[in-house]
Amino acid sequence: MSTTYTIDGETGPWELVIGLEVHAQVISQSKLFSGASTTFGAEPNTQVSLVDAAMPGMLPVINKECVAQAVRTGFGLNSAINRRSVFDRKNYFYADLPQGYQISQFKQPVVGEGWVDIDLEGGEVKRVRVERLHLEQDAGKSLHDQSPTKTFVDLNRSGVALMEIVSFPDMRSPDEAGAYVRKLRTIVRYLGTCDGNMEEGSMRCDVNVSVRKAGAEYGTRCEIKNVNSVRNMMLAIEYEARRQIEILEEGGSITQETRLWDAGKGITRSMRNKEEAHDYRYFPDPDLLPLVLEESFIEGIKATLPELPDAKKARFMSEYGLGDYDANVLVAEQDRAAFYEQVAKGRDAKIAANWVIVELLGALNKAGKDLAESPVSADKLGGLLDLMADNTISGRIAKDVFAEMVESGKDAGTIVEEKGLRQVTDTGAIDTLIDQVMAEHADKVAEYRSGKDKLFGFFVGQAMKRSQGKANPAMLNDLLKKKLDA
Amino acid sequence: MSNLTDLTMADALHGLESGDFSAVDLTRAYIGKMEAHKSLNAYITETPELALQQAEASDTRRRKGEAGAMDGMPIAMKDLFCTEGVRTTAASHMLENFVPTYESTVSGKLKAAGAVMLGKANLDEFAMGGANSNSYFGQAANPWKAAGDTGVRVPGGSSGGSAAAVAAHMAIAATGTDTGGSIRQPASYCGIVGVKPTYGRCSRWGVVAFASSLDQPGPMARTVADAALMLNVMAGFDPKDSTSADMAVPDFSAVLTGDIRGLKVGIPREYREGVSPEILAVWQQGEEWLRAAGAEVVEVSLPNTRAALATYYIIAPAEASSNLARYDGVRYGLRVPGDGLAEMYENTRAAGFGNEVKRRILIGTYVLSAGYYDAYYLKAQKVRALVARDFAEAYKQVDVLLTPTAPTTAFVAGSQEDPVTMYLNDVFTVPASLAGIPGAAVPVGLAANGLPLGLQLLGRPFDEETLLRVAGVIEEAAGFTARPEGF
Repeated sequence: MSTTYTIDGETGPWELVIGLEVHAQVISQSKLFSGASTTFGAEPNTQVSLVDAAMPGMLPVINKECVAQAVRTGFGLNSAINRRSVFDRKNYFYADLPQGYQISQFKQPVVGEGWVDIDLEGGEVKRVRVERLHLEQDAGKSLHDQSPTKTFVDLNRSGVALMEIVSFPDMRSPDEAGAYVRKLRTIVRYLGTCDGNMEEGSMRCDVNVSVRKAGAEYGTRCEIKNVNSVRNMMLAIEYEARRQIEILEEGGSITQETRLWDAGKGITRSMRNKEEAHDYRYFPDPDLLPLVLEESFIEGIKATLPELPDAKKARFMSEYGLGDYDANVLVAEQDRAAFYEQVAKGRDAKIAANWVIVELLGALNKAGKDLAESPVSADKLGGLLDLMADNTISGRIAKDVFAEMVESGKDAGTIVEEKGLRQVTDTGAIDTLIDQVMAEHADKVAEYRSGKDKLFGFFVGQAMKRSQGKANPAMLNDLLKKKLDA
Repeated sequence: MSNLTDLTMADALHGLESGDFSAVDLTRAYIGKMEAHKSLNAYITETPELALQQAEASDTRRRKGEAGAMDGMPIAMKDLFCTEGVRTTAASHMLENFVPTYESTVSGKLKAAGAVMLGKANLDEFAMGGANSNSYFGQAANPWKAAGDTGVRVPGGSSGGSAAAVAAHMAIAATGTDTGGSIRQPASYCGIVGVKPTYGRCSRWGVVAFASSLDQPGPMARTVADAALMLNVMAGFDPKDSTSADMAVPDFSAVLTGDIRGLKVGIPREYREGVSPEILAVWQQGEEWLRAAGAEVVEVSLPNTRAALATYYIIAPAEASSNLARYDGVRYGLRVPGDGLAEMYENTRAAGFGNEVKRRILIGTYVLSAGYYDAYYLKAQKVRALVARDFAEAYKQVDVLLTPTAPTTAFVAGSQEDPVTMYLNDVFTVPASLAGIPGAAVPVGLAANGLPLGLQLLGRPFDEETLLRVAGVIEEAAGFTARPEGF
């Protein structure tokens, strides 16, 4: 077990207490309460129904697909699915909130308590409890940069379904918070319920941070908004914790407030506007009946759940004998795990893991490409591993062949044939090589035979060089040893 | 053909079918009445040209044998129903120039059934009021006058323009909406029939919202049969309204058999409190009519009646305060610019809403506020459940309830300045609204002052059939044929 993460102040170490509210945009054809499309990046105000624009007399109708996505996500978070939930109105005025209220779930969310296991360094697993998941509408977008005197409003996003996933304050370090968000992202991507793209804003998080001395009660927290990447979130937590510690150590107290993360300056700052004094006047939306889920609906979703990351990791470790780190890397993305399994099928699973993680992911990372864009398919990588397994090529040659595969997209066999890289396994040919090397370096042979064992490597190198790297290393070693020791 | 506007809908349909006159003739006759009685201010927007086009189309359909259930019937549309291409104001300055690009479900159904729209009827702003005195477009007048009246009488509200138009024969029937009595009370004041269906029976889609959990469209007509016919067209499940009931709609016209033998009619004793002797007498007369027709009349108790009015005036404003938040000047309707967003909101809403609307937004905002929610809104919801339970208990013993519709006859416009006094006019209609049950107002006679008096029938949820059948019996027995002088 790792020790508790702390930040040292003047008065000693402080613990961090972190809770997250993650807003995940639901993947669905249409919006939460209207039939308008949800495609990202369309021309402003082209995906707006009468309901989304809150025209007089318009009424919301719940989109079953969005409810199914929330329930699916609930299962991914090991959560209780509430058979009955209620939509409430959260009332406030803003130009990009057409109804003058957001339809959300306040007292009775669709998904109740659950948990997420996060993977920390050194194979440690920590359980973060999830308080709830509820469905709500997104607002539109205010565009302040289009005119010096006017604000424009784009309602394309107005009414798009969001899942707000609220954790308990169970995280104790920026790393844990980062691991939690990454794990959530992995889960929703596995489930196909959110694309998890923080940069595009389809996953946003608000971070609650407080500090305390070890064993003390929770301190007063501040909520930080506007963190649009895991990295920024971690930086914001660190900054905010230090800010609070400084205040507390100077004898001050923390004011519970919402603060904005300024990524450019690397600081959080108070929003300090009047809107903070909101009284949202929540009340059940009289336009909507309580959401009652049929058992068959819930069971239908449960029956079609994919294998989730934790289960897949456990299986990779038991079925393929992988270590914790490799398994974590491979299950982090669903397509990565599938790619790996295709490579590993009928082959040495550990070698396959090594090649996928070190060589393939390394190469893709260097090229800035996704697995989906990989020039080397799972079958082609498998083909390369097969050539190694049957001694057609050595591991060293395989790396060269792989580099060529990444470059040209050709399969391994073709490259080996074209370049004549087939490994030399003919003992006669290797004998000849060795004889030539020994003849050329008779002096070194004498030195070796007089006890300078270390020269063995020199002979291996020379012989391999002469074979242009194609000699089977094991055979070369074997034969060389016999000849030198003869 | 000067008497075309005297025909009931049933007779007018018969006349059209027989070829005695055309829909255009009928529509022209009504347009003539509208011109003659403009002073009533029953319409906010008149659409005579559209009406004549629709009437022509109706005549064509009838010739082809494709006439719908209300084909060629010239009606008034409460200006709360959004009508495609026709200005829809909700009687508010806020929506003075608002022209919807869409048609409400109910007005669309009427259109599809062949009804001809004469215009958009006056109402209290956003349906908030009981006298049609809260209209940005001015007071609608009741065609009825009491002996010695110099000023006008209110037509009731909020569907005041609808009621006045039907009573003055400026429309064969009209749509109304009822949130706390807005169909039944004006029907009573104007001597016509008004039906508030069960909540969920008619779609609210496209009806400018006042209080979502209470609003319900319904017909206003001169006879029970006409109201039943119109309800047939208006009712039905609408997937666009989540609170609309996914239930089959019976043929309400077929249930007016006049046979109520063995039916049990309840008289809620709490409704007697403070009722004038004149209204009490009419009420007793009603009991006798029903008894004479073979029904059994029993007294029942609705113990939470006393709390209903106060409850209503918490819940309705609470919902209204939220429903009316969308009128912010950003996307449509009135915009009064200001320095910054907040000031634009303030200027727009200060100028766009009338006093009663502002009052209710303030009340509603207050009762939902942190610290007051439990004491007001939550408590009101609990009392609402008790009021509904009272009715459920009563309907274990009886099939319908008979009550007065309003505590008084129509009052003189401007005579009730105090909003709370005004709210008290809803005392008999509000409990049924809270419970979501159907109600009907039927004219039964004239008071000593010469103004119409009505009785209210309340039914079981989704049992408009029994409600209308009993209403038909009362109508028959009362034989109310009086007409406002000059109309």
